[in-house]
Amino acid sequence: MPADSGLSWNLLSDIDQMWKLDSMVNAYRAGTIVAVLAAVVGWFVVLRRQTFVAHTVSLAGFPGAAAAVFLGVSASWGYFGFCIGAAAVIAALARSGKGGMAEESALTGIVQSFTLACGMLFVALYKGFLNGVNSLLFGSFLGVTPGDIAVLAAVAAVVLLAMALIGRPLLFASVDPAVADARGVPSRTLSLLFLVLLGATAAEVSQITGSLLVFALLVMPAATAQRITARPGRSLVLSVVFALAVTWFGLGAAYFSPYPIGFWITTFAFGCYLLANLYGFVVRWRGAGRRHMVEALGVS
Amino acid sequence: MTAVDAVDAVNTDSEAAAALLDGESRVCNAGNEPVAVVELRGASASVAGRTLWGGVDLTVECGEFVAVLGPNGVGKSTLVKVLLGVLPAAAGEVRVLGHRPGTAGAQIGYLPQRRSFDASLRIRGIDVVRLGLDGDRWGIPLPGTRRFGGTKRREADARVREVIELVGASAYAHRAIGECSGGEQQRLLIAQALVRKPRLLVLDEPLDSLDLPNQASVAALIGRISRSEDVAVVMVAHDVNPILPYLDRVVYLADGGAASGTPEEVITTETLSKLFRTPVEVLRASDGRLVVVGGPEAPVMHSDRHAGALVGGDGRDADRRATDRRVTDGRASDRRAADRRPAGSEADDAR
Repeated sequence: MPADSGLSWNLLSDIDQMWKLDSMVNAYRAGTIVAVLAAVVGWFVVLRRQTFVAHTVSLAGFPGAAAAVFLGVSASWGYFGFCIGAAAVIAALARSGKGGMAEESALTGIVQSFTLACGMLFVALYKGFLNGVNSLLFGSFLGVTPGDIAVLAAVAAVVLLAMALIGRPLLFASVDPAVADARGVPSRTLSLLFLVLLGATAAEVSQITGSLLVFALLVMPAATAQRITARPGRSLVLSVVFALAVTWFGLGAAYFSPYPIGFWITTFAFGCYLLANLYGFVVRWRGAGRRHMVEALGVS
Repeated sequence: MTAVDAVDAVNTDSEAAAALLDGESRVCNAGNEPVAVVELRGASASVAGRTLWGGVDLTVECGEFVAVLGPNGVGKSTLVKVLLGVLPAAAGEVRVLGHRPGTAGAQIGYLPQRRSFDASLRIRGIDVVRLGLDGDRWGIPLPGTRRFGGTKRREADARVREVIELVGASAYAHRAIGECSGGEQQRLLIAQALVRKPRLLVLDEPLDSLDLPNQASVAALIGRISRSEDVAVVMVAHDVNPILPYLDRVVYLADGGAASGTPEEVITTETLSKLFRTPVEVLRASDGRLVVVGGPEAPVMHSDRHAGALVGGDGRDADRRATDRRVTDGRASDRRAADRRPAGSEADDAR
């Protein structure tokens, strides 16, 4: 955190000053890429109710990054390798069963505790590293290099392209698997592919929010958007809007305050979710009131 | 996603949707080969070496409404699988629309056994219907193209609206489907099965787990659609009474055998006694309801469907349980008959 940061009375000049820093510009670029990707993939995660799997896959980023630092390679390799690897393990093992939800969640829990344990192992192996654990778990936006941004952008482009291609059949298979199967939608293959895409996404998001707070971008904007509208197109767009807003405000707030980025993003996202719930409650309450009135009028 | 890819996806999407929507206002079999929609000749099915039912002779013509009846675990859903081509028939001949089962594609609409949507699922009913039209196509429709998009896209939208109106779901099609009642969900799912203008509609226990007024109204809806849309309906049913006024034909499956014909021919004391090789009595209540007494299981009962579904288990035990239930069920069915709605009412029941 820059020592001379902190808000003055002139917000515009503060922002202007923030933009002069290359590290902040890079952080905004990376955050924007990650927010769009997380919002789109997260929308399907929420719809398919795979939040537990998403959580597990993103936690795998922690041992991944720790291992990468221990081995002296870029942390991004560790994130991508371990997150996609964890997704592949869950996909491969879940395949042998008959796809029962209970079995899958038990398996997911096993993978989750194992990845956490591995993370602590790598932290213990790399002795002087303990200071970095916080940023691995709770996120950091400093030190994003142009090279990192290029990798983030490339992976995001591939994942989004794949999502555009499989989007509709995946939606069909998620909403109505029995009929989708009867129509010849390869729902099994699609769900395996989606897990791998989820792994890549979790790896990207982990690099900004940290492994523990991936949900802030992966699940909260999508859940918020789905609370507000049941129209798929609209809620997908809203999800992206929320993720971008939360990321941009979170980065700004983290720059002007001594608190970590993960906290800000999560707090803003949670605030949005609460507001959306309040909105949903008000809409339903007014709807119920109107129905009540219609009934009353109909009776009298 | 690049703009070019997305536009491509939209184009192929519209063309495909247009291909589905040809043959407007189809008259029965007009422009199609003059063949029966379903033709079974001496068909039988076996699972794991055990014959479930056999000797089924059935011809379903365009626009006919046929019920598949029988005791639990006899293989009614297996007949559906045979018609869909998922499971081959063990013997005999099966033709669907003049071809081998499983090759008719969009010409068959299928409604699987009862599935309900979770209350938290935030997708509108109209979207679920739309997925039935083009949900199996790759790519996603680009938002905003509807305004500039071709007539094909609009035709697809119009078809979805039309089919929702047909099942009387317009009032709640824009609500999240998880918030709809069981009867409302079932209507939307029927719309989904109908959206591609199939010539055959295969429904697996669509009235299961609906309350009685909704059973009557959904049955009336299916009866009306089979006539107005010229779509043949093969429906697996547990209770014949809600659909009895609309039926052209029934298939009664029994352990190893089967009987088919009009309801008047099949649901009689004589035919069912012969089929089940045990004395069975068919009683007709004053309101026209049929009650089957003494068979392996009476079709009127709303019992736990899966209690007897353990095929290959101790059959006699299941029979005894069925008889016990029948005794206690007698008075309940009288009560149900009393508060039944008049046949033909399609009105939605209040939630």
